[in-house]
Amino acid sequence: MTCQPRAMRDVFLEQVRKAMGGDQRLFFVSADFGSPVLDKIRADFPSRFVNVGIAEQNLINISAGLALEGYIVFAYAIAPFITMRCYEQARVSLALLSEVRPLNVNLIGVGAGYSYVVSGPTHQCYEDITLMRALPNFQLLSPADHITAENLFNHCTENQGPKYLRFDAQVLPVIYDQEVPDMEIGFYVHKKGDRICLIATGYLLHTALEVAERLSGGGEEVGVIDLFNLTNYSADQLEAALKSYTGLVSLEEGFRGRGGLDSMLFEFIARRRLQATLLNLGVEPAYRFELGPRAELHEQVGIGVQSILNSLRGFRESLPM
Amino acid sequence: MNQADLQGKTHWVWRETLAIHRRAPETRLASSLSTVEIFVALYYGGVLRFNPKDPLDEQRDRCIISKGHGSICMYPILADLGYFSSEELHRVCETGSFLGGIPDPVIPGYETVNGSLGHGLGVAAGIALALKSKGSDRSVFVIVGDGELHEGACWEALMFASHHQLDNLNLIVDNNRISMLGYTDEIVSHGNLNLRLTAFGWDCSEEVDGHDVLAVRTALMQQKDRVTDKPKVLIARTLKGRGVPGLENAPLSHIINPKPELIDELLEKTR
Repeated sequence: MTCQPRAMRDVFLEQVRKAMGGDQRLFFVSADFGSPVLDKIRADFPSRFVNVGIAEQNLINISAGLALEGYIVFAYAIAPFITMRCYEQARVSLALLSEVRPLNVNLIGVGAGYSYVVSGPTHQCYEDITLMRALPNFQLLSPADHITAENLFNHCTENQGPKYLRFDAQVLPVIYDQEVPDMEIGFYVHKKGDRICLIATGYLLHTALEVAERLSGGGEEVGVIDLFNLTNYSADQLEAALKSYTGLVSLEEGFRGRGGLDSMLFEFIARRRLQATLLNLGVEPAYRFELGPRAELHEQVGIGVQSILNSLRGFRESLPM
Repeated sequence: MNQADLQGKTHWVWRETLAIHRRAPETRLASSLSTVEIFVALYYGGVLRFNPKDPLDEQRDRCIISKGHGSICMYPILADLGYFSSEELHRVCETGSFLGGIPDPVIPGYETVNGSLGHGLGVAAGIALALKSKGSDRSVFVIVGDGELHEGACWEALMFASHHQLDNLNLIVDNNRISMLGYTDEIVSHGNLNLRLTAFGWDCSEEVDGHDVLAVRTALMQQKDRVTDKPKVLIARTLKGRGVPGLENAPLSHIINPKPELIDELLEKTR
């Protein structure tokens, strides 16, 4: 079975559109952000679609109000704006309020990491993992291909609470055309390795798989895990998947050492008393204005294939045999 | 409730609010004394539909108290109406009590998270949109302060509500003209707030003396019933710290705590 790669937002919004016909509880709110599929939603369901304009703070509060009245809400905007412009709205009206009221609000942020490649740091997003995982009750969902994004739709409607979906803005190659991961487990083991395991989220899963393939060509097998639910994964199963490794490597298209995937794994290793050393790889914390292909920008900040291979060389030598 | 009863209830709520603050000085007294008549009119004046036995009854009107810190006067009202026991009023801010210095939605009768300013109006607009979408004829009331209207998110919501013709949304501005550090006119003036809100597409009721409970009740009843295609707003002229010497209309009233002896004396004199 093969399938054409597609944009995460397109397949996810198609799921929303399909479900809206039969499920009157679904409501879609956009902060003046569109897509061809959204045009169809607007046309088909004018009474359950609203564009709040370029007003992300109001996007969140309107969504909270709709959710308090029982709607399952999908709120849609560019990733840095739906997380950072309205952070306190997400904290107060979603994370905090959901402590005492059932709320199902799903924030769809498009443009994870460098995916708006030529738009520069305003439209790129390297802080969202850190920020959204800091909010209790939020689930943070970070798919690496459109199949995962598609399958997250049911997870969103079936689970109460606020969620943040960080979607890549680009069409990424298909990863899960053979087997779809279990959305409730929150991660997927692509490959088992000998001493080192790469744990990646979002776009960097593609990079991790390429790194693993290069190393395999040289006779070294490293494990690869896709962590697509950064908050509500099965901790016992993740521990079991990680415990045989002495070296773990976190790979994220977000600032390194600032509370993102790497912090989550540092905490996990400490809490579960794993005997592993973690090498955390991410974007060196700085705002940069260079233009170029995404892979090249990644090399500049330490998360390109070659940069990772270089980092792994020293890391491997530092590990106990 | 007849006129005399409404006025009597207002006086009782004012005294109870003082008494709570006497026991729990962490509560914001001045802000809570500018809203007494507004809440008495809403809850005793026949304006709001509510159900203390089922606080989230689908048939209730929604009341979003955005300036939560300034609604300590709601504690005696909610207890009096049967949302919770009056004994709770003696435990405000104490360990184990659900009545804190800034009301949270763990209190029966409170709908949303309040006190972090600038959120209530947007959430209320979302609720109003949802009610219309569901075909409900219930109303939404939301209480903000004029200082709170410095928050930009309020104006996002004001634009949204008029564009969507949310005529089931009723905004009440507790216009005490003082925020934390002084008079709002001297901080960032709203100019003519009535004109501003009209320009934003709202149906503005005639401004009212916010300490005349009968006038507030009449204005809210008329506003609620008025047929229009706009969201509606009532600006209530109020005084922060109303009735407390040294506190009333003092620029720093938000952070002044009157001496306990002064409160005792006032409570004795107004018995």
